[in-house]
Amino acid sequence: MPQAIEIKIPSEPKFLKIVRATISHVCETMGFSQEDANNITLAVDEACSNIIKHSYCGASDQLIEVLISIHHDRIEVLLKDFGKKVNVKQIKSRELDDVRPGGLGVHLIKSVMDIVNYENHSEAGNELQLVKYIRKKG
Amino acid sequence: MEIAVDKRQNCAILKIKGDVDLYSSPQARSQIIALVNNKQFNLLVDFTDVTYMDSSGVATLVEALQLTNKNKGKLRLYKLRQAIRDVFELSRLDKVFDIYEDEQSALHGI
Repeated sequence: MPQAIEIKIPSEPKFLKIVRATISHVCETMGFSQEDANNITLAVDEACSNIIKHSYCGASDQLIEVLISIHHDRIEVLLKDFGKKVNVKQIKSRELDDVRPGGLGVHLIKSVMDIVNYENHSEAGNELQLVKYIRKKG
Repeated sequence: MEIAVDKRQNCAILKIKGDVDLYSSPQARSQIIALVNNKQFNLLVDFTDVTYMDSSGVATLVEALQLTNKNKGKLRLYKLRQAIRDVFELSRLDKVFDIYEDEQSALHGI
């Protein structure tokens, strides 16, 4: 059975650092390379930022749940929000050749994680599963 | 995050300290816009003490680049640690920005 860590934070940008510190520490203890640990931390941070911006439309008093499952070969992070349902088909990154501010978060998440799975079948809100496998050295 | 602004030659050097994320990037954006509004069109950003940057930080710099370009100025970045270079590379913006090793090379020819 995997070990699990659960973090609940308000949808307030100043608390994202707590999520980053936890993810970074967990990744390091699991044996991820520094590069992968940084990338996973970035992906989870970007996903939390998207929840604040899109699901909660900037409201800072809502709940974000971050469930981290530690497997021998991978980390799984499940992000839950209880805000506006996002149309999964409309989630996409912008064309990267179109250099303009914003719209990079989804691209970064998809670039660095092995599995990115959006679900919003629950009664309220959205769920995002992020998975990264530990790369064998050599 | 803290930002100190130094003036050097015809440039403003922004020395940023800490994490540039969804929480702090609006502050960075405000300071950059204030400098441009004061006709400071050559901006250097010292990343020595930037510990983290997310896409909101990248977006702030893209906006700064557009503002300086529009005013025939320069935006140059230097002393980026690898994790931050990786964010630019993942965003495929590492060739869009002028990135230098250190302050001396960033100031050269500006």
